[in-house]
Amino acid sequence: MAALAVALVLILLTAISAGLFWGHAGWLPVDTSAHGPGVDHELNLTLLITGLLFGAAQLGLAYAVWKYRERGDGRKAAGGRGNGRLEAVWTLAVAALFVGLIFTGYGVWAQMYLSPAPAGALRIDVQGEQFAYSFRYPGPDGRFGPIHADKIDDAGGNPWGLDRDRDADSKDDVVTATLGIPVGRPVELLLRSRDVGHSFDVRELRIQQDMLPGVEIPVHFTATRSGQYEIICTQLCGLGHYRMRAFLRVLPEADFEEWLAEQASAQ
Amino acid sequence: MAEPRAAAPLHSQAANGFLRKYVFSTDHKVIGKQYFFLALFSVFVGMILSWLMRIHLAWPKTHIPGLGVLSSAGAPGNVMTPEYYLSLLTLHGTLMIFFVLTTVPQNGLGNFFLPLQIGAREMAFPRLNMLSFWIACASLAVLLSTLFITDGPPISGWTAYPPLSAVGTAAGPGEGLGQTLWILSIAIFCIGSLLGSINFIATTLDLRTSGMDLTRLPLTCWAWFITAVMSLLSFAVLLGACVMLLLDRLGHTTFFVPGGLVLNDYVISPSSAGGSPLLWQHLFWFFGHPEVYIAILPGMGIVSHVLACFSRRPVFGYKSMVLALGVIGFLSFTVWGHHMFVSGMSPYAGLAFSALTMVIAVPSALKTFNWLATIWRGTLRLTTAMLFSIGFVSLFVAGGLTGLFLADPAVDAYLHATYFVVGHFHLVMGAAALFAVFSGTYFWAPKLFGRMLDERLGQIHFWITLGGVYCIFMPMYFMGLEGAPRRYSEFTDRFLVPLAPFNRFMTIAALITGAAQVIFMFNLIWSIFRGRKATENPWEATSLEWSGNLGARPPVVYRGPYEYSVPGEAEDYIMQDFPKVAKS
Repeated sequence: MAALAVALVLILLTAISAGLFWGHAGWLPVDTSAHGPGVDHELNLTLLITGLLFGAAQLGLAYAVWKYRERGDGRKAAGGRGNGRLEAVWTLAVAALFVGLIFTGYGVWAQMYLSPAPAGALRIDVQGEQFAYSFRYPGPDGRFGPIHADKIDDAGGNPWGLDRDRDADSKDDVVTATLGIPVGRPVELLLRSRDVGHSFDVRELRIQQDMLPGVEIPVHFTATRSGQYEIICTQLCGLGHYRMRAFLRVLPEADFEEWLAEQASAQ
Repeated sequence: MAEPRAAAPLHSQAANGFLRKYVFSTDHKVIGKQYFFLALFSVFVGMILSWLMRIHLAWPKTHIPGLGVLSSAGAPGNVMTPEYYLSLLTLHGTLMIFFVLTTVPQNGLGNFFLPLQIGAREMAFPRLNMLSFWIACASLAVLLSTLFITDGPPISGWTAYPPLSAVGTAAGPGEGLGQTLWILSIAIFCIGSLLGSINFIATTLDLRTSGMDLTRLPLTCWAWFITAVMSLLSFAVLLGACVMLLLDRLGHTTFFVPGGLVLNDYVISPSSAGGSPLLWQHLFWFFGHPEVYIAILPGMGIVSHVLACFSRRPVFGYKSMVLALGVIGFLSFTVWGHHMFVSGMSPYAGLAFSALTMVIAVPSALKTFNWLATIWRGTLRLTTAMLFSIGFVSLFVAGGLTGLFLADPAVDAYLHATYFVVGHFHLVMGAAALFAVFSGTYFWAPKLFGRMLDERLGQIHFWITLGGVYCIFMPMYFMGLEGAPRRYSEFTDRFLVPLAPFNRFMTIAALITGAAQVIFMFNLIWSIFRGRKATENPWEATSLEWSGNLGARPPVVYRGPYEYSVPGEAEDYIMQDFPKVAKS
């Protein structure tokens, strides 16, 4: 009775879990980056392999519990202590599978992190602070002005600590609260934090990167689909962590230039 | 080494008086039970904290009666604030990791059963053992004291990443005295763990009785031994890291604080500070990943032990099971960087950590295979202990396999810090490890308390808990695929709003599953006083703790630990201290 129950419950749990995973296409958000399909493919491949192993293990367990339950018919357990060859075969098969899986994933990782941003990528400075993001475009001169920590003044509208009067490079820097980017053009973000650890996470871009004070971390990507997406903080940064957010606007090239000009004139 | 010890001085000196016998005892059995009840207390506090968090997640603005009494600042009008949510989150994680998962499988059950299983009278250093326990108590007291200070517990989570944890109240409430007390508590805990691990190592190496070769050690003992070695190496590093963090806070050093930090428009660290927040992450996870295995290895040992007994089969591949424990123990020190793929660490390092993480999955897969092979062709006795061990295997698979997603840096860059991770580690190191502890408790109750736990209540407890943990933690995977971030006190992002029904479902499952633990508590307390008296070896098991051979002479071991269903023998089990009859 208990054996049957264990077997049935395990089968049921496996079926429900597998069914929900099967519908995972509905779980993953829409993909808007050039490298995203590679990530999704890797995720789906892993899902397939782990799904098969999960099903095999759970159903095997269910079968064994039901089949080999003590029935009071005097059947004796088999006395074998193991089977070295079987263990070796299983271990090597699993090792080959797991290591093979990891190497397929390296290509995507290399595309995201091991290659520099393409020449001509749009460079944007991103700063995290408790509990907001701020973005900075270099302006026509293509150069970011220096940051003066002592001049940082959120209330006064200077979250970057720019000194526009003295630093020539700062004069045309465009500071925004929304991240606007053109569709189809490579973008390189320079991520930094000015207080505690934060993170830049846009699930539709399949990008998540911590932002650390004291270091500047580059990430690059190309957005493939126009639209507005949420940028959220995923690194615990304090009491307002759950509401630290900004928006990413992916715009057609012409709209982007227009948007940036608007932002510049508002400085 | 393993020579028989003639006299048993510590055991024969019966401790007198209540204090010496039950409180400041040097008896490994009493200390084992003390750790057991310390963890039982901690797990109930931790569970109530998780209830409060889950209720808040499901119904963010709800009034939770009595919460305002616990903290008037954290829950004005009985409604939880975001910072208090993070305080409870920190406390929940710290309690469960350190005072439950590190404490009960190793220090609780290990203290009680390691000497019994190797035929020793005591742990190698009984006074050190007592000291370890009381240090753990002091650590718990310091941790829980944060609940009663004005700002409450720290809000930086159990990983306490600086600069959030290093710069004091400027970073948020709870980051003042609460954070300092937290670091102190963990540092104290490290000291207790270090002393405890030395004791386990010395006991296993030096106090084995005659004939108890290393190849005859039950897998439980192997697991406790390897766990102790891991504790020794990892808690030492965490202790050092805690001292550095404490110095950053109190001594104005800047190990983890970079220059030019600006909080609330004020520059709070000089540009010359030059510390590295990543350094803490490296040190913390150098401890933190072995810690995951410290929590689960003893459970693996218990499950191997129980599955063999109730399958009436020898453990399938004993030697490779020992080897797998050793390989996991060693590799666990080489994979910490998989917690840091998106931390800003070199992306090349990510590749190395990723490959090593895949490799550590192999011995775990081998163990799972061997557990299945152990019950295969057995005659399964489905006692409550056996059911919990079967549940362990199911949960270990359900939780462990998703590690393959997180080991892949490109996929982890999507799933990192989402509920996918929360589901993964709760299933594999939380639920699975606790199932092993439950299994051990039902299995060993006859030795722990001299009474049997009630089987009918045990089975009810098992069924609700098995269904419950799947209902609580499986949906987290789907939320994670959706991109739902962890450590959020409210799901205010647009894409998170539709997940509210999931949160309510998981909360209801958590409330029911938690309530079912009252059945276990009732069973435990009732059985300790009124349960059926246990016979010497009620499960017909083979290892020394069941031999009752605790007379004046230490037992002598003649056989391996799992001589079940030996072909040609009348009984289907032969105890380790049963002499081999010379065959003519």
